[in-house]
Amino acid sequence: MNERRGSELLDIQRKMAAAVMHPLTSGDNMTRRRRDGAVNRDEADAIIKPNDRLTSFERLEIYNRMYWFRLYSCFEEDFPGLKAILGSAKFEKLMREYLTERPSKSFTLRNLGSRLVEWLEKHPEFVEPRRELAMDMARLEWAHIEAFDSGAEELLDPDDLMEIDDDSRLRLQPYLRVLELRYPVDDLLIEIQSENGSSDSASNNASAERKTKHVRRVAMLEPEEIYLAVHRQENSVYYKRLEREDFRLLRALLNGDTISKAIDTALDGSALTEEERGVFLQQAFASWVRLGWFPRQTSNEQQ
Amino acid sequence: MLALSYFFDDRFIDLDYFFEWGTPVPANRFNGYTDYGVGIGLRIPHYEHILTRKPVVDWFEIISENYMVDGGRPLEVLDRILDQYNVVQHGVSMYFGSASDPDPEHLKRLKHLVKRTNTPWLSDHLCWGSVDGRYTHDLLPMPYTWEAVEVTAERVKHARDFLEVPVVVENVSSYAEFHASEMTEWEFLNEVVEKADCGILLDVNNIYVSSKNHNFDPFTYVNAVPAERVAQIHIAGHSKFEKYILDTHDHPVLEPVWQLYARAIERCGPTATLLEWDDNIPTFDEVHAEALKAEKFLAAERKKRGLDRPKEDTAKPLSEMAGAGR
Repeated sequence: MNERRGSELLDIQRKMAAAVMHPLTSGDNMTRRRRDGAVNRDEADAIIKPNDRLTSFERLEIYNRMYWFRLYSCFEEDFPGLKAILGSAKFEKLMREYLTERPSKSFTLRNLGSRLVEWLEKHPEFVEPRRELAMDMARLEWAHIEAFDSGAEELLDPDDLMEIDDDSRLRLQPYLRVLELRYPVDDLLIEIQSENGSSDSASNNASAERKTKHVRRVAMLEPEEIYLAVHRQENSVYYKRLEREDFRLLRALLNGDTISKAIDTALDGSALTEEERGVFLQQAFASWVRLGWFPRQTSNEQQ
Repeated sequence: MLALSYFFDDRFIDLDYFFEWGTPVPANRFNGYTDYGVGIGLRIPHYEHILTRKPVVDWFEIISENYMVDGGRPLEVLDRILDQYNVVQHGVSMYFGSASDPDPEHLKRLKHLVKRTNTPWLSDHLCWGSVDGRYTHDLLPMPYTWEAVEVTAERVKHARDFLEVPVVVENVSSYAEFHASEMTEWEFLNEVVEKADCGILLDVNNIYVSSKNHNFDPFTYVNAVPAERVAQIHIAGHSKFEKYILDTHDHPVLEPVWQLYARAIERCGPTATLLEWDDNIPTFDEVHAEALKAEKFLAAERKKRGLDRPKEDTAKPLSEMAGAGR
């Protein structure tokens, strides 16, 4: 199937999408004049019929509002930690700008936040003055989404170990993500998730109390360099704190380095003694095998 | 009685079951020759109830996109549901009416899921929602033009051929009409399904909502639909606003919608029926009780047609009920 050039259908759909996906006003109404200068009343009149109760503009506005309300709702659900850090007003502004500049290119709303971290790196003004904290939270929340429903492969077989040597490349489970963070956002997110999921969530008083607690907790959060694995056990997502060496080793393996090169990277600049290094490596690999982080390795991947 | 038999998907099917003195019953090629009864949408708040209490339900409809992932809890739950229930896939992002080319990755993932669920048919909407690779995640209305008939039918055929499963299209509720339209909505639906040779998922709530928003008689719509192509029916609740009605799926089914449903059943026979409840979702038992109100219409129509539905096997496809081996 080829896209239809000179198509009336395509023309109508482009015009309607441009109006529907354009940001609402601060009062959640359809804007009269779009950023590209187009006048929405004229655009609506050109394609949509009025009826005895609604103008063309008002009918188009129903879709414009539904589009944004749906996306807001989904985005809030995916990034509750970022919202707690920024507050509702700043979060909404960020959301509106992000989704305008990075409209969904996926059939599923699951991927709505897939480009948020990359976009925030280009637009730090939306997360000032808590830039590093907010960026860390956005990274963690996207890693959580990825860990939740990415694939899991068959576990490493003891027989596979016979074929692994220093030059092998070890694959890790597709759901595993490792993060280097400047704030302990894992604790904060667990607290927020726990409170948001509490049974009193229908109460306005409880909601206001939660909000106050969030603000206080965020304000008190001190910087602390942490390394984190975001992983999955029995289909629940967990955050596991890592040592610096663990993180560097896992990151190198995820990047496709050989085992020997990954170990060199992990231990470069490490304070561990020679003796401690051997113990560290043994314990690290044993722990990760127990957690199921290594899937079966195909023969060409071991080379 | 006609003495007919048929091989479908390597299974022997006794077509005597489907014809009573020449009267077609709802099992048809568009719903994989099944007689599924009354189902409800599988929704997250009900997971625990379903998995622990194992309530008797004829079938569940899943939103395909929620399970088009590579792993994790969504697929674990789905597999446990599939172990015990019949499941039919319903999509929200195929956008048969979009003028831009479909995403091949979407179809690949959908086919993977079809193999997992063994859905006897697959439904999605007669609408558009993406253009130039950008997704609105909404079910946007079509301009009812001949060009749109061509584009939509071509995409339905493409999906059916790729997925190798009957594809049925659902009429959407709408809040806008286009100057460009050259026919009514029901004429458009009929043209698309004839041209694509596909089935219909008739949403009587959507017909009611659109009839109020666009000032037409909803019975004219229901009466115009080719009954022999109706594979499934949707019922749902809606919300009334001052100047329009929204298809919110957050209420019980309202009386005018039941009246339309009764007429649809009268025309189409006792067809697989599904209650949609997507917002302000009450307990499983409340949703199921609301859905089962449809049973009285189905039972009355079965009685009128002299049909009996085998009670013990209500949740099994007719292809299995026919009894013959592969």
